Amino acid sequence: MADGSTGEYASEESFPSTWERPTVFYNDAVKWLVYGLLVAFVLWSAWEMRVSADRILAGTEGGIGLVTAMVPPDFTPDARMRIWNGMVESVSMAIVATIIGVVLSTPIAVLAAENLVPRPVYVVGRAIVSISRALHELVLGIIAVIAVGFGPLAGVIALVFATPGFFSKLLAEDLEDIDAGQVDAIRATGANQLQVLLYGVAPQVLPRFIGLAIYRWDINIRASAIIGIVGAGGIGQTLLNSFDQYDYGFSSAIILSIIAVVLLGEVASAWWRRRVQ
Amino acid sequence: MLSVSELGKTYPSGERALHDVSMEVAGKEIVSIIGPSGAGKSTMIRCINRLTEPTEGSIVLDGRDVTGLSGKELQTARREMGMIFQEFNLVERLTVMENVLSGTLGYLSTWNAFRRNYQGEDVERAYEVLDRVGMAGRENARADELSGGQRQRVGIARAVLQRPKIILADEPTSALDPETSRAVMDLLTEISRDEDIPVLINIHEVELAREYAERIVGLREGEVVFEGPPEELDSDARNVIYRGAEPASPTVVAQEKTGVSISEVDKETSF
Amino acid sequence: MAVENPRSWRKYDLRTRLVRYLAVLLTLVVGAVSWQALNIHYQFALTAPWALADLFGRMYPPDVGYSTEIAGPLVETINIAILGTGLAIIMSLPVAYIGAENTTFNRYTYVLGKLIIVVSRSVNVIVWALIFVVVFGAGALSGVLAVAFRSIGFCAKLLAEGIEEIDPGQVEAIRATGAPGPSVLVYGVVPQIKPLLIGITTYRWDINVREATIIGFVGAGGIGVQLQTQVNFLDWRAVFTILIAILGIVLFSEVLSAYLRKKVT
Repeated sequence: MADGSTGEYASEESFPSTWERPTVFYNDAVKWLVYGLLVAFVLWSAWEMRVSADRILAGTEGGIGLVTAMVPPDFTPDARMRIWNGMVESVSMAIVATIIGVVLSTPIAVLAAENLVPRPVYVVGRAIVSISRALHELVLGIIAVIAVGFGPLAGVIALVFATPGFFSKLLAEDLEDIDAGQVDAIRATGANQLQVLLYGVAPQVLPRFIGLAIYRWDINIRASAIIGIVGAGGIGQTLLNSFDQYDYGFSSAIILSIIAVVLLGEVASAWWRRRVQ
Repeated sequence: MLSVSELGKTYPSGERALHDVSMEVAGKEIVSIIGPSGAGKSTMIRCINRLTEPTEGSIVLDGRDVTGLSGKELQTARREMGMIFQEFNLVERLTVMENVLSGTLGYLSTWNAFRRNYQGEDVERAYEVLDRVGMAGRENARADELSGGQRQRVGIARAVLQRPKIILADEPTSALDPETSRAVMDLLTEISRDEDIPVLINIHEVELAREYAERIVGLREGEVVFEGPPEELDSDARNVIYRGAEPASPTVVAQEKTGVSISEVDKETSF
Repeated sequence: MAVENPRSWRKYDLRTRLVRYLAVLLTLVVGAVSWQALNIHYQFALTAPWALADLFGRMYPPDVGYSTEIAGPLVETINIAILGTGLAIIMSLPVAYIGAENTTFNRYTYVLGKLIIVVSRSVNVIVWALIFVVVFGAGALSGVLAVAFRSIGFCAKLLAEGIEEIDPGQVEAIRATGAPGPSVLVYGVVPQIKPLLIGITTYRWDINVREATIIGFVGAGGIGVQLQTQVNFLDWRAVFTILIAILGIVLFSEVLSAYLRKKVT
């Protein structure tokens, strides 16, 4: 057809001029109901939290005030020394807690590996892992402080209790993936259960074990820097005090130091894990 | 009418992909660009709608120089050139209809595009074109459910929805089997005739080029070494394009020079 | 492996074994030095297990009657997680856009994006909560903001990685239609990262429920406020009830998030 494009086709049949995208919801009513509920929820939350223009305005002013108070960060010699002391305590807590935590978490990992233990034991192992994972380090910290009093001991205990949630869980997953043939071969020699674990299982997961331990140390550094907020020792205690005393210049210095140490820990841990694996 | 003059492309690395390429494409002509791998075929096509930035020369579409444009004007210029890709490049997670109608994005505000609020006329046209490319009834399928041939049909429909003044096709059949390739070439021919626009196809299979093109342009090392109707693409011309022989030198000489037997070259270029 | 004496076979050669012994030794020395640095009295450390056992003894049985009082704070905890995650996702979209190599505008915006990600990730939620309590006063609003600012880095990092891995051909095809820049984003990029976006949202929400349980310690709302109060009142059985409740909502959100993620992919 010389004159144009669509004539030939349009004359044969006509096509609809609207198209609705198929919805992921069951139908349009459900779609709008979901959107409506979402909007209602956000509005209700805003009311519940008493978000108002006044408060936002006051907050903005407060925020500007806080930022001006925080700059410049207070890095006087005295402040530096207090940060150093707190930081040493935090990092030491992380190291001690990692060693103890890994030692205690390893048997728990075996308990939580489906292929190595009977069903009831596995359930108990998984339960320990789940509880440890569910409770935040600071919740554990607050409990530990009640039990043994203020100070780094409470921090170490909290971090040790938080370790199985990460370490045992991931190690157990690796234990479940091991090559059963090697284990059977050791068992076939007449070895007892412990010997099977040492010769058939341990060599297969050793690199991963070391990697996870280093990773956990990295996580513990982050946690130990803040656990002092509930009184469990380390730089977090210093940070909370600075906020309570409105010494925001010192606060910002501490926060910057924490960022630096956390990043350093992350880089060190990444480098180290690469070396091991 | 598209007119390309003295087009050149040199990459920052110093590698020269195109040099002094000139050609015109007009009416409802089907023009094929052929040449060995790395001859600059893709660069050529992509320079025309400036997905690749040319370093020399000019591209003029219907009196407007495309090379200097930017922003809104470049978008308008791109809208007038429908592009068909080797790997189809449909948005995999969108429906066929959204892919086809994405051809009209150049005419829509982002807000309307976001709400899928297309022009009624465009939707009508989309249904019609889907029917024309043999994909009627599949408008609600997701692009990743389609076969290669079907995806290319949707790709063609998307280009047509742009109401282009020319269609550029970058190896549209390379990812398809021979039978589907022919179907796609038939479709492009039909579209060219119906829409009254030219099609510039960069193509790997010489057979397909000879069968469908009205004019063939041979590229070698970024330069035009052949231009003419398919009948003129004799063995001499092929030698020039694919082996860099001097024009009119006999096949046997080229064979001795390169030490490659005819059959191997045949396989690669599908003579 | 060079084996000189076949009668005494060893698993590893001398050097590997030496490195291993040294590594173990070094770990122990570092551990001992760290322990020294903490100045912990040995008798406290040794009696810690009994102290803990004693505490748990006093906590049991949980105060069932108290559970009705914590329903409100529990809902607030979950709401803080939902709103904080939502806000974080909205704020992380532009950060991810400039923090991805293929969509960022120039080198400076790329560095800015990466900087925001690093700062957000390195500052713990409780520190963000301390800051926002100073700014907006105690309450759930500060909690939502703390959770949101903490999550930006996590969400933006994963999103930016997702954006870097999208198929450039699809974006190019949309650009070739002459679509304006924002439309290219909506049609070329968004559909490709949508599943990832949903995955990140549910995953981060799960993490945030856990984070929202503690921000109450510094007054930023949620169940943490009640936990701190009951600890101060020495009401151990109520504390135990709260711990069980926290366990419940955290496990619930974990299961729900895993279910949602499975449904999306």
